[in-house]
Amino acid sequence: MIAKKRYAAPFIFWIIAGTVIPLISIAYYGFTSRSGGFTLANVAAMFRHDHMQALGLSLLLAFISTLICLIIAFPMAMVLRESKYGKQGFLIFVIILPMWMNFLLRTMAWQVLLERQGVINGLLGLFGLPHQELMNTPGAIILGMVYDFLPFMILPIYNTVSKIDSHLIEASYDLGATKFRTYTKVILPLSVPGIVSGITMVFIPALTTFVISNMLGGGKINLIGNIIEQEFTVNSNWYLGSGLSLVMMVFIILSMLLLRKFDKTGGENLI
Amino acid sequence: MKKVLGRIYILIIMLFLYLPILTLIVLSFNEAKSMSVWTGFSLKWYEELFRSKIMMGAIVNTFSIAVLAALIATVVGTLAVIGMSAMKQRQVNVLMGFNNIPMLNADIVTGIALMLFFLMVGMPRGYITILFSHVTFCIPYVILSVKPRMNKNTDRLFEAALDLGASERYAFRRIVLPELRPGIMSGFLLSFTMSVDDFIITYFTRGAGINTISTLIYSQVKVGIRPSLFALSTLVFAAALIVLLTVNLRQSRADKALAA
Amino acid sequence: MGELIRLEGIVKSFDDTVVLKGIDLSVEENEFVTLLGPSGCGKTTTLRIIGGFVRPDEGRVFFDGKDITDMPANQRPVNTVFQNYALFPHMNVGENIAFSMRVKNKPEAYIKDKIKYALKLVNLDGFESRRIDQLSGGQQQRIAMARAIVNEPRVLLLDEPLGALDLKLRQEMQYELVRLKKELGITFLYITHDQEEALTMSDKVVVMNEGYIQQEGSPEEIYDEPVNAFVADFIGDSNILSGLMVDEKLVRINDIDYPCIDGSEQGFPPRTPVDVVIRPEDIEIKPYGKGLFNGTIISKLFIGVHYEMLVQSEDGEIEWLLQNYDQHDVGEKIGMYVRPENIQIMQKPKSEAESAIELDI
Repeated sequence: MIAKKRYAAPFIFWIIAGTVIPLISIAYYGFTSRSGGFTLANVAAMFRHDHMQALGLSLLLAFISTLICLIIAFPMAMVLRESKYGKQGFLIFVIILPMWMNFLLRTMAWQVLLERQGVINGLLGLFGLPHQELMNTPGAIILGMVYDFLPFMILPIYNTVSKIDSHLIEASYDLGATKFRTYTKVILPLSVPGIVSGITMVFIPALTTFVISNMLGGGKINLIGNIIEQEFTVNSNWYLGSGLSLVMMVFIILSMLLLRKFDKTGGENLI
Repeated sequence: MKKVLGRIYILIIMLFLYLPILTLIVLSFNEAKSMSVWTGFSLKWYEELFRSKIMMGAIVNTFSIAVLAALIATVVGTLAVIGMSAMKQRQVNVLMGFNNIPMLNADIVTGIALMLFFLMVGMPRGYITILFSHVTFCIPYVILSVKPRMNKNTDRLFEAALDLGASERYAFRRIVLPELRPGIMSGFLLSFTMSVDDFIITYFTRGAGINTISTLIYSQVKVGIRPSLFALSTLVFAAALIVLLTVNLRQSRADKALAA
Repeated sequence: MGELIRLEGIVKSFDDTVVLKGIDLSVEENEFVTLLGPSGCGKTTTLRIIGGFVRPDEGRVFFDGKDITDMPANQRPVNTVFQNYALFPHMNVGENIAFSMRVKNKPEAYIKDKIKYALKLVNLDGFESRRIDQLSGGQQQRIAMARAIVNEPRVLLLDEPLGALDLKLRQEMQYELVRLKKELGITFLYITHDQEEALTMSDKVVVMNEGYIQQEGSPEEIYDEPVNAFVADFIGDSNILSGLMVDEKLVRINDIDYPCIDGSEQGFPPRTPVDVVIRPEDIEIKPYGKGLFNGTIISKLFIGVHYEMLVQSEDGEIEWLLQNYDQHDVGEKIGMYVRPENIQIMQKPKSEAESAIELDI
């Protein structure tokens, strides 16, 4: 009753110009051949051997780094939940702070650490140990992903875990449940919404990144993000790039639908 | 025992999060260009950073775009929330569905989509296209921060103000806006940081001649890391630290005032 | 005392639900009128129509003889104490109370005096600079009252103002409200679903259900002479039974004939099916066989002053609810008697709206 609908007009304009039409243009280019006719070739190109390999590797690395983030983040969230109020604020602050640093700089930090002439090899040299090839490996990429995205896993999980009524946990103990049982049957199910949004916030950027793989993979390891990026920036084949993006979007939507199944709240805890 | 384990765990995570940053900070004061040998204290990389016109230009671009994008997104988003409060639930649901797309979509897809859109409408890519794109991905954050504050309670307060004789304008300015203010503020801050931090969407929607801090770092890292980037990292980290500390201190002071 | 508010034929629906189905209501100057009914009966909508927050689909609203149906809320000479108070959280107590006066650009000195006066009236002297979140529920309630009355409205609309308070505080506030009304000398239009609140405070009670006014009258009238089973059931505990008039002053319930007087007054001819209401405190206990009818006590509950008992009739068909000051044992066989004037004969409901619905209050 306060408002008039027309206040939403600029927003609707922005939705149309900034979201709807651009997505339609991806679809348009994705189904159009260089000569201008309709084609499925750009989409089907995903099945080319090198593209499949890149997609497979992307899925694998994204899966592993999401899993590592989850394994690190859940206990962290529990520790945070159980620490004192003031200390909790400080710890959250400490976790958020790196997120405020440009993620390219954070990724660069690992480059500095891992490089052949980098810090770790330098330290190894001090102790007379042989140089290690740390850079340009899938491991380096996973490390970069975990480092960049870990806070995005910790925060949503902490958000839900901290809201669990401690009476529920006490009730579980009171009813004779062991610690293990309380964790698996009470705390874990109640933290599902946080876990789900944590996974979305880590898995999707990890799956689609081209920056981390470029910086820590030395351009030798191609993820699907790299392939798409190159189609746009190097090969200028927007048609193929759009086609591949469409397929990647399908994977994103599929993974989100899969996650939604676990989260009955429908992603309200996304931020 | 459990407490000790918890502390050790926190310590390990903290080391993991901060050792790389610390390394950059230390190296930024290293005289040599080497990443593994300390040759002495020096500020020369800071000098190089401040001398670089490209770098300064990128910094100006980054912050001017961030401020403008956050401002526009905050205005558009807040107006949208007000407009939506007059709509039927079904219409709101549709709009919110679209609102979520840029947030859930992968940045690379959003970036490419916008780039193709600019190509299609024949808009030369540059400052304006970056700004437009940043507003696009900032609006959802503003709406998600402001919308929860526009609720039944806000309606009731508005009615109470009318009941006490206030005109709709007066009631809106004095009652509704103050209710929305915290949401508007956090929407603005969130937008600002998202904009400063963005690389991928900027990368696709910028033109050849224009750089933000992110795109500049990316192109420089590709050709080889210069220690001036360490100096930049140190400054960015310090800035983040100061901003977050002020926000947190103000917050905790407000909390204390509330508790008193 | 003249008529201050009149509603004529108010109809209102939201989406497809008709909430008010033709409300006619008259409120006298300086009256304490309570709209009483279960949730969803339309009482809040009625209040909001008077306050100017809802426009009726049909019908007119008159204030002091003037049609105010189209007058916006901020110009109406009424003020509202909202459910959950709607105090402005970013203003302190004084600023909240001053709000309506600042809107009207009253001089600050006047405002200051008025705040003092209002706070004194609600027994919260010196609370000017308190923050809203520092107040207890009862205090917030009083501030909401203070804020609404500084505007000197001729009518105060109160939307379940005590609903959020605990029982003891609620009872205290009932006295407060009556005192305040006396001191202010203005009209109160009060909304509640709590029949005790309605009966203790009001000059007139208006019972609503399913968008209709079921009955209006003094608390005594409503309690003693409910016009239908809904009102009887909603106001206090009662035994509501199906009966059949066998003679002008005789009603048959479950094969036993009871002398009554109401039947003739309202003129139910013999063989009319009727609803019979008997209040539990009106059933007297007699030795077994010495009353009109007999039964066995099947449960007993001590409720402070009296005992409440369930008594099963001998044929097992009826469970009577009794209230009595004397103690009887479960299992005891007793006789029971009801004076003819305590037997309420009512017409069987014609419409769904008048039927006694299941109340979940």
